[in-house]
Amino acid sequence: MSMNTQGRPTGIGSGGAGGNGSSMLPNEPLLFEIGDREHSGVDLPEVEIVTDRLGGFDRASALDLPGLTEPEAMRHYVRLSRLNHSIDSGMYPLGSCTMKHNPRLNEKMARLPGFADIHPLQPVSTVQGALQLMEELSHWLMTLTGTAAVALSPKAGAHGELCGMMAIKAAHEARGQAHRTVVLVPESAHGTNPATAAFLGYSVKPIPARADGTVDASAVVAALSPDVAAIMLTNPNTCGLFEPQIREIAAAVHEAGAYFYCDGANFNAIMGVVRPGDLGIDAMHINLHKTFSTPHGGGGPGAGPVVLSEALAPFAPVPFVRKAGDGLELVEHPQETALGRITAFHGQMGMYVRALTYMLSHGGDGLAQAARDAVLNANYIRARLADVFSLPFPDYPAMHEVLFDDSFLEGSGVSTLDFAKALIDEGFHPMTMYFPLVVHGAMLIEPTESESRQTLDHFCDVMLDLARSAKAGDKERFTAAPTRAPRRRLDETRAARTPRLTWSPPEDLPQAAE
Amino acid sequence: MTTRYTVDHEYIRLDGAEAVVGITPYAQEQLGDIVYVELPSVGQAVKKGDEAAVVESVKAASEIYAPASGTVVAVNDRLSGEPGLINLDPEAGGWIFKLRLDDASELEALMDADAYAAHTA
Amino acid sequence: MRYLPHSDAERADMLALIGGPDADALFSAVPSDLLLRQPPALPAHSPEFSVEARMRALSARNHAAGDGPFFIGAGAYRHHVPATVDHLIQRSEWLTAYTPYQPEISQGTLQMLFEFQTQVANLTGMEVANASLYDGSTATAEAVLMARRLTRRNRILLSGGLHPHYRDVVRTYLGDDDDLICLPASPVGQGDILSRLDDKTAAIVIQTPDFFGHLRDLKAAADAIHAVGGLLIVVVTEVVSLGLLEAPGALGADIVVAEGQSLGNALNFGGPYVGLMATRKSFIRQMPGRLCGETVDAEGQRGFVLTLSTREQHIRREKATSNICTNSGLCALAFTIHLSLLGEAGLVRLARLNHARAGALADALAAIPGVTLLNRTFFNEMTIRIGRPAAPVVEALARRGILAGVPASRLLPGEPEVDDLIILAATELTSSEDIAALSAALAEELK
Repeated sequence: MSMNTQGRPTGIGSGGAGGNGSSMLPNEPLLFEIGDREHSGVDLPEVEIVTDRLGGFDRASALDLPGLTEPEAMRHYVRLSRLNHSIDSGMYPLGSCTMKHNPRLNEKMARLPGFADIHPLQPVSTVQGALQLMEELSHWLMTLTGTAAVALSPKAGAHGELCGMMAIKAAHEARGQAHRTVVLVPESAHGTNPATAAFLGYSVKPIPARADGTVDASAVVAALSPDVAAIMLTNPNTCGLFEPQIREIAAAVHEAGAYFYCDGANFNAIMGVVRPGDLGIDAMHINLHKTFSTPHGGGGPGAGPVVLSEALAPFAPVPFVRKAGDGLELVEHPQETALGRITAFHGQMGMYVRALTYMLSHGGDGLAQAARDAVLNANYIRARLADVFSLPFPDYPAMHEVLFDDSFLEGSGVSTLDFAKALIDEGFHPMTMYFPLVVHGAMLIEPTESESRQTLDHFCDVMLDLARSAKAGDKERFTAAPTRAPRRRLDETRAARTPRLTWSPPEDLPQAAE
Repeated sequence: MTTRYTVDHEYIRLDGAEAVVGITPYAQEQLGDIVYVELPSVGQAVKKGDEAAVVESVKAASEIYAPASGTVVAVNDRLSGEPGLINLDPEAGGWIFKLRLDDASELEALMDADAYAAHTA
Repeated sequence: MRYLPHSDAERADMLALIGGPDADALFSAVPSDLLLRQPPALPAHSPEFSVEARMRALSARNHAAGDGPFFIGAGAYRHHVPATVDHLIQRSEWLTAYTPYQPEISQGTLQMLFEFQTQVANLTGMEVANASLYDGSTATAEAVLMARRLTRRNRILLSGGLHPHYRDVVRTYLGDDDDLICLPASPVGQGDILSRLDDKTAAIVIQTPDFFGHLRDLKAAADAIHAVGGLLIVVVTEVVSLGLLEAPGALGADIVVAEGQSLGNALNFGGPYVGLMATRKSFIRQMPGRLCGETVDAEGQRGFVLTLSTREQHIRREKATSNICTNSGLCALAFTIHLSLLGEAGLVRLARLNHARAGALADALAAIPGVTLLNRTFFNEMTIRIGRPAAPVVEALARRGILAGVPASRLLPGEPEVDDLIILAATELTSSEDIAALSAALAEELK
């Protein structure tokens, strides 16, 4: 075992105190260091197989899978969990991520056997309640967005975006417009937008941002041509602003024979307040894991239903639910013009249950209030910080998130990254950094409606105190941060230069004979 | 030996019939630690301005454009194992590829050292 | 509103500090004629008990798999999930954490993903695995695209044993594409895929156990495709089979994709599930999805980070390997906890138990007059021919409370030769009584 100069064990499997020196947060060895191939936390009978039907394809190679008994597993995963920040333990002001409270009623309902223990290929007569749930969720989504149709099956936001753009492509092809090969994307767009357009073979034409952080309708008009298939616009945009010329943009796009794809990542700011359909959008994905409170789960699973205008509705993927007699049926095979299938089954049913539970809890009135509170909270932070932090786009009120740049840190030697890491030591998750790319050293803060005034005030006090420290030259507080987290800053260069993506036994130990 | 510079921070150094291409010390400093280099193939023909290689840092990927038209005659294989050579010594051990130029006069349109210094000032 | 902390008085105070005349002023950029002055025409907010009653009523209208004998598989399998799994994944720190972009305060998720990647690599016999994809079907489509990037060839051959929905997803992802060749469904487990390879072939996609339950010869496929310089993509929809069957990696697979639902995850009417992807180390630059890697922190302590992210959309934008942003984190967590609880010994026992139950099911079905078992080989799933249209028979059995498998025609409509086929699966949860009930009922229906 190697020891560093502080005498802290650093070798694999050391299990000593963590970087914060707290015995409450011990290092947890890897599963492969504590597990045993003979241990098991599941009791299963040993069975005799009289005649095997494996045709000689039996396993000869080793599995190398360590096992844990139940108490060992419980401790391993509980200890690991404690190394994570979570919404339940503290504010998570990540811009464009909508880290709102995840109600536990959602979880309880998703586990009802009538939802969790049904198979996607059961006869439809045995799953009428599930189809009705999908129908109701669709009704809520269409009502809130003012649109004609919804495709529920996309598995996440980016998948929904892919689905919506595929529908646009299919619509153009069906209408003899296959020559349209260009997609307009504003510079401030999230990286998925150009990635999605390129994936479908479109060339991406960037639209420059205006000095006030919004998209200039005349720049869109100038970029439109008979080759343009669609514009992909985020509204409210990634600078946290509602696009003031969105109606003019939609009209110009339609005039040119193109479709309007809206990235719905920021729908939380406007649900129940304004309907995207009224603004002229043709397709928009909705992140159920952002706007409708399904858990982020450490990076998925998400769910990304896409609402569609009348013009795009015939190009929705299968499957979808349709009324048939006095019941509901599932349309599973493409009609003449439909898109096809984008995932094996019917999408993220577990997330539909959670989202509808959330909608019924809030009601139409509560959802509108939630959007208004989210916007109020962002503007409250903006008002409290505006004198000290630098606001690149002061002309419009913020929507659900507020964007600062790093000019207030000029000359301090503290970067946006350092500043964000210092927030960790104060018990907050950092804000979104260096996105959007249109401002220097971006800090994008989204409090959501879930935070109380007390928490917002505490957050603002900490932010102001950090800004004072930076300006006063206390660089160490930032460049060394975090010092009170389970780990200090991690060496990402080393991880990328010599990728170590799976565990293998330490080389210095004798190998077991193969 | 003539060295010329592009606005995108590639250098090209004429060495007999061949020209050595890499990124400038200024560029490597802006990118930070280089973790991966995608090299062109030997024998590949490139036109001036074509994407010929990619250098990646932890958080960014930058295309390297051919500063002039020609044929790739050699690539710096050492970068596959030691991408950090670009950080250590971008103009010598950290070179990226060598070109046989179609037309050496193409270099005249590029910046000389003084002009490049002014460009990055 | 139980989820909204502010009182009206607090809202007014906050608005005063902001300096707005009223709440609508914050929406001044919205065209004023479109600003909704009334809440949308939807039910008003409800107490928890009312919401619960409504959801229970919907749930009660479904026949849950546990309500009676159950034999449906075809890409999603009903296994027992230990209580520990569901308890652990509901811990706040797992459930309500975001993607681990701040590694200093996300080591739990990151170390879990590193362990998950290692388990998936070991299970499939491959060198590396990613941190998961949406599900098995989208993972298959991504593997096809990856093979095209790796080989710089275009032709893709999909085996007739590939799950028809997976085939459809690949078709949708590739669009109109003459280089995508889908071989006809092959219920008897044979196919002529290996005779169709040439030096334009980027990859062949072979599922084993296949859609009809047959086990496919991966070694022969690997040898044939490698001889023409292409890649073998192996699809596994039932990962429990890997406890008993040789690892695809040991047989020459270049990319292995799988549906991981069988471990740790409920049926959930089709989602969320977890897509697995494993490959050779030399291919990682072309692999889509998140990757977690080991490193050290500023004090030299071991830690984990998301790495090689320059492949991804948020950096490469239109040059990314895929537009994917997320993985299936919580489902991957359930998978890894269940697999840790099983361990090697437990997984092997589980796989043997599944195979034994399936053997009992196959023997019982084969004994019914009018039923022909099509499988010489299987793991826990098989196909029978009943000599008459299968869908009405399956419906009739459902009315008797028996969910008797999937009529092949549901996934392969308009193909008369599969009209009388039923695909059935057995797992450790299939009892002898279930099998007896199915046999008796099916025999009566076929009289």
